[in-house]
Amino acid sequence: MSLIIKDLHVNVEGVEIVKGVDLEVKDDEIVALMGPNGSGKSSLANVILGNPKYTVVKGEILYKEKNILELKPHERAKLGLFLSFQYPQEISGVTVFNFLRTAYNSLNGKKISVLDFKRLLEEKMNLLKMDKNFMNRYLNEGFSGGEKKRAEILQLAVLNPSLAILDETDSGIDIDSLKIVANGINNLKDKKSMLLITHYNRILQYIKPNRVYIMINGRIVDEGGYKLADEIEENGYKKYL
Amino acid sequence: MINQYQKPARYALSKIELKMEVNERIKEMFEHRNPDKHILKFEPGLNEDVVRNISKNKNEPEWMLNFRLKAFEVYKQKPVPQWGADLSRLDTEKITYFAIPDAKHNSKSWDDVPEDIKNTFKRLGIPEAEQKYLAGVGGQYDSINIYHKLKQELEKKGIIFEDMDVALQKYPELVKEYFMTKCIPITLHKYVALHGAVWSGGTFIYVPENVKLEQPLQAYFRMNTESFGQFEHTLIIVEKNAEVSYIEGCSSPKYNSSSLHAGCVELYVKEGARLRYSSAENWSNNTYNLNTKRAIVEKNGTIEWITANLGSKVSMVYPCSILKGENARADHLSIGYAGKNQEQDIGAKVYHLAPNTTSIVKSKSISKDGGIARYRGLLHVNKNAVNSKSKVQCDALMLDNISKSDTIPVIEIKQDKSSIAHEATVGKISDEQIFYLMSRGLTEEQATQMIVNGFIEPIVKELPIEYALELNRLIELEIEGSLG
Ligand SMILES: Nc1ncnc2c1ncn2[C@@H]1O[C@H](COP(=O)(O)OP(=O)(O)OP(=O)(O)O)[C@@H](O)[C@H]1O
Ligand SMILES: [Mg+2]
Repeated sequence: MSLIIKDLHVNVEGVEIVKGVDLEVKDDEIVALMGPNGSGKSSLANVILGNPKYTVVKGEILYKEKNILELKPHERAKLGLFLSFQYPQEISGVTVFNFLRTAYNSLNGKKISVLDFKRLLEEKMNLLKMDKNFMNRYLNEGFSGGEKKRAEILQLAVLNPSLAILDETDSGIDIDSLKIVANGINNLKDKKSMLLITHYNRILQYIKPNRVYIMINGRIVDEGGYKLADEIEENGYKKYL
Repeated sequence: MINQYQKPARYALSKIELKMEVNERIKEMFEHRNPDKHILKFEPGLNEDVVRNISKNKNEPEWMLNFRLKAFEVYKQKPVPQWGADLSRLDTEKITYFAIPDAKHNSKSWDDVPEDIKNTFKRLGIPEAEQKYLAGVGGQYDSINIYHKLKQELEKKGIIFEDMDVALQKYPELVKEYFMTKCIPITLHKYVALHGAVWSGGTFIYVPENVKLEQPLQAYFRMNTESFGQFEHTLIIVEKNAEVSYIEGCSSPKYNSSSLHAGCVELYVKEGARLRYSSAENWSNNTYNLNTKRAIVEKNGTIEWITANLGSKVSMVYPCSILKGENARADHLSIGYAGKNQEQDIGAKVYHLAPNTTSIVKSKSISKDGGIARYRGLLHVNKNAVNSKSKVQCDALMLDNISKSDTIPVIEIKQDKSSIAHEATVGKISDEQIFYLMSRGLTEEQATQMIVNGFIEPIVKELPIEYALELNRLIELEIEGSLG
């Protein structure tokens, strides 16, 4: 059931930015991915979901024992993959409600009634202490940085994937929001694997990772337990540079 | 705002039923053709006899015949416009200019309408809408109105809602005063002159002083015949402090040869009056749509245009507001969609002729599969129009690399005490947005549809729910490519 990445090389606009990555997220495992700006973390996350901007030149990505490289993004989503984006897109004129209901129906292959979906959405919004008005707002349009992050976690909660990649969901949110978001994530965590991309061990205090990977310049350069995150927090990445 | 009728809950439980209805309506719009059953159908082509015979057939007063003949002379002299869309393949000699279906004129009951025609209008949803929320309905089929009815209690208030042909007989003074005189003169351009010569049917509305209609009036213009020309005339007079909302729907089944639609819409908005004119033109994509629409707005009056142009091979439609009195206001909202082999040359014209006049123009266009969507606008502020305000916003969205989009705004300002803002955005649909939605489980098609529906939402939300759903569905079908 786990996510396995083998010797992955990725180009964007002809430049290699992921240069041979091996990485694994086992069932029910929480794995942190840390690394300096520009090291290729978001690129890796985008490639896992199939962003066509990135070209895989070599390597494999397996999920649930399936080679997913040939799958379209929505097919990957149907397999249970989810990415909470570092920079979520704004979609004008499309309400959070309509968007999420369409996505929910599409993933589950059946139609949920408007009333049932409203109930589900309200329940998850409560969990994340979100104002109900957000469901009628246009998707991410005019949301503050922190609101966008919270809306991503709302989507995660509603769509209920089996593997969630969180790309800097903890950046740009205040300490109270972080607690709410982390608490929300912990409430969903059962039977979910997670890849947490982060710069700080702050979030890792709430969501304890089983393992930590360090990525530098397109490569995984170190791997360790939770303590590795503390070490980075203290000393930065200089020992790898 | 005249919008009481348009605020049913967005998530009403009947929405699924509505959607099914909408699907049926759209199928009817473009696919279903009734057999050709006319009691009179002219041979294709245009000459003075055609003009005379139309008038004779309708038993028109002499002045109208003379008016038609004069218009025909102007038509012959005027050149085909060399700007705008490509009209070189429009062969006016192959068009049939007049056809009377085998049906009673202006029935007051749908039961009196022949079965096949009635079924067409039923599937287009007209009788049902009439029952649910309209104050009156007119239905034109080729050259003739086969149905026309206003709620009785409204007649008592002095509101006139008639087939234009009937109005000419019943209210000759009003027609003589307003018909193609001050608002749209026959000399405006070639196809207006053509319209003057061969016009038939359409709508006449007169709303007396201080009368406010809550429910809208609607007319539906259906072209059934191949290689046909439809030339309906809409004339609306809204007297001082009166209010009305009027909706026009148009469609035709698809044929291989070209059809022509050259209607005329003349709107008079008197002092303190309000008029909301909405139209959804869904002509099949073998149609040349050269429709001319103009409003004259007096002091404190407001005109609102909400227009959608989806079908047609070629459209050249530029609703025009003449803000003649102080504080007059015009709102133009429009949506255009150009798919394969389609050219939408649409826009808005506003003339600010008096102080403190306001205009807002919002235009959204979408192009796909090589379609051409062009915004062509004119904003004129004359030297009397001090303290006038105008805001023009046009957004174009292209769904692929082969489609085209263009913005051609002309701005003429004769004084400097007014505020003018013009913004235009042209962009290709964003790959990152598509990816974002797809990563949540939507197919590429669903993602595209969602982004497009969001793009036009600011305008669609001004429409009654039935029309909003219809428009969204039409665009969905265009994107799926299933309208062909
Ligand atoms: N479209 C592109 N064209 C050129 N270079 C790109 C493009 N997209 C990403 N890159 C480059 O790829 C590298 C990796 O970027 P990526 O966003 O994956 O880094 P990151 O590890 O997520 O950084 P951060 O911690 O700042 O979020 C960067 O140097 C970036 O500039
Ligand atoms: Mg990043």
